[in-house]
Amino acid sequence: MHPEIIVIGAGTVGAAIAYGLARRQHRVLVLDGDDRDHRAARANFGLVWLQGKGQNMPAYQQLSRRSVDMWSGFASKLTDLTGLDLQYEQNGGLAFCLGEDAFEKRRSDLQRLHNQLGGAEADWRMLDRAELARLLPKVRLGPDVAGASFGERDGHANPLQLLAALHSGILRLGGELRRNAAVRQIVPSEAGFTVACGNETVSAPRVLIAAGLGSQALARQVGLEIPLRPQRGQILVTERLEPLLPLPTSGLRQTREGTVMIGATHEETGFDSSATAAAAADLSRRTLRIVPSLAEAKLVRQWAGLRIMTPDGCPVYAQSQKHRGAFVALCHSGVTLAALHATVLADAIAAGQLPDSLDIFHQSRFDVPKAA
Amino acid sequence: MFRKLHEPAEAVTVYVEGKPVVAEPGENLAAVLLRQEAIWSRPTPVKGSRRAPYCMIGVCFDCLARVDGVASVQTCMMPVRDGMTVEHQQRRRCLPS
Ligand SMILES: Cc1cc2nc3c(=O)[nH]c(=O)nc-3n(C[C@H](O)[C@H](O)[C@H](O)COP(=O)(O)OP(=O)(O)OC[C@H]3O[C@@H](n4cnc5c(N)ncnc54)[C@H](O)[C@@H]3O)c2cc1C
Ligand code: FES
Repeated sequence: MHPEIIVIGAGTVGAAIAYGLARRQHRVLVLDGDDRDHRAARANFGLVWLQGKGQNMPAYQQLSRRSVDMWSGFASKLTDLTGLDLQYEQNGGLAFCLGEDAFEKRRSDLQRLHNQLGGAEADWRMLDRAELARLLPKVRLGPDVAGASFGERDGHANPLQLLAALHSGILRLGGELRRNAAVRQIVPSEAGFTVACGNETVSAPRVLIAAGLGSQALARQVGLEIPLRPQRGQILVTERLEPLLPLPTSGLRQTREGTVMIGATHEETGFDSSATAAAAADLSRRTLRIVPSLAEAKLVRQWAGLRIMTPDGCPVYAQSQKHRGAFVALCHSGVTLAALHATVLADAIAAGQLPDSLDIFHQSRFDVPKAA
Repeated sequence: MFRKLHEPAEAVTVYVEGKPVVAEPGENLAAVLLRQEAIWSRPTPVKGSRRAPYCMIGVCFDCLARVDGVASVQTCMMPVRDGMTVEHQQRRRCLPS
């Protein structure tokens, strides 16, 4: 195949965009790295989340909202194509507040963000303890729970099913996906880009770098300098339980099979992706303040993954100025943004031009001259 | 069905689904279950297929049962005690509310 575009990285981000391109009859070749790579796509929590996003950049809230609004249609198309159920539910989501101060702070944070967005009808509200208890009839709330914020558009999905469905979708639509195909080098050329992976090279007029934490080194080769750091997140998983939590919450969600996922920590520990007893203790302590009866549940798994963090926590979408046709897509919330990646972003990359509405996400926002 | 290779010198009684069963003091509880006619310990929570103790070293979680009223006990990690009660664990576990 002579690909029109080479997508580097088959994590949630690369796979979603590649799937979107394949849907648009683009010939895509996806090259994915090694099983020992850090892969956020296989370690994440599975929230399709809006509330609170973009406190420092309201455009990020708007972007996430576009994606969340498209998620249901995106999921059903993908299911129709692949037969895989993404287990997407969008019945709203909660962020618990421990103590009155936390409750008031949450209210004022969300209100400030809302004011910045100007005018739009609020899609969130604060629930006091009594309202919260009515929403969660099977949960006896811990005494410290003052209430929660409720986001109407929030939801959750099975992130591994999402990834599997995207991979399957790419193949069904005629795309090609190679595993164990870590890219070492990208060489801009007359006809586009020549990419070296393993013992071979492949060429295409366009290339998209979506290699998660592996992206920095690759982006540099096409003239994009992207500040990026890993941030560790640890998750605990309980045994399967009878339905207890009808809604996902920012740190607690029950999967359709019944396991309760507890997470995630935010730790600045570089590329160390080990799971720690200290994190298990912290997560358990916080969770038991919210749902004390979970003390009875057995933990069956714990893992750690590395988030792909930019300095402001917001996504980077950019085309190289120097080497037109080379794009980068990086973000922390790749599950939430998957619907947007498969549509808006895939369209833009297919057209060879990112829309003005995405300018604010260009990595040049980090090129602030250093003070002398 | 499994059987013991030797006659234990001492014996304790455990109750499997209410039925008294002879075991050796300190013996692995999952081993006792493997000697029963209904060898399985639990149906899986999602598809309901039957599972019996398998790895016997605490990694597979197929030996879960209710022991003395506590659900999801790994029986292969549990030495028997006189008077212990064991029940097949049905469905997913329900937390006390
Ligand atoms: C603990 C945790 C919880 C999270 N929770 C959520 C959540 O609830 N909701 C949400 O929306 N998001 C969540 N995320 C974020 C989400 O997982 C990521 O945004 C998403 O997986 C990023 O996808 P990615 O494709 O950019 O990177 P990855 O998933 O890391 O994939 C990168 C891929 O690139 C490949 N690669 C690397 N280098 C090369 C190379 N040189 N050549 C070829 N391939 C290469 C790797 O093998 C890998 O497959 C969470 C993340 C973590 C860590
Ligand atoms: S038999 Fe495998 S955990 Fe008990």
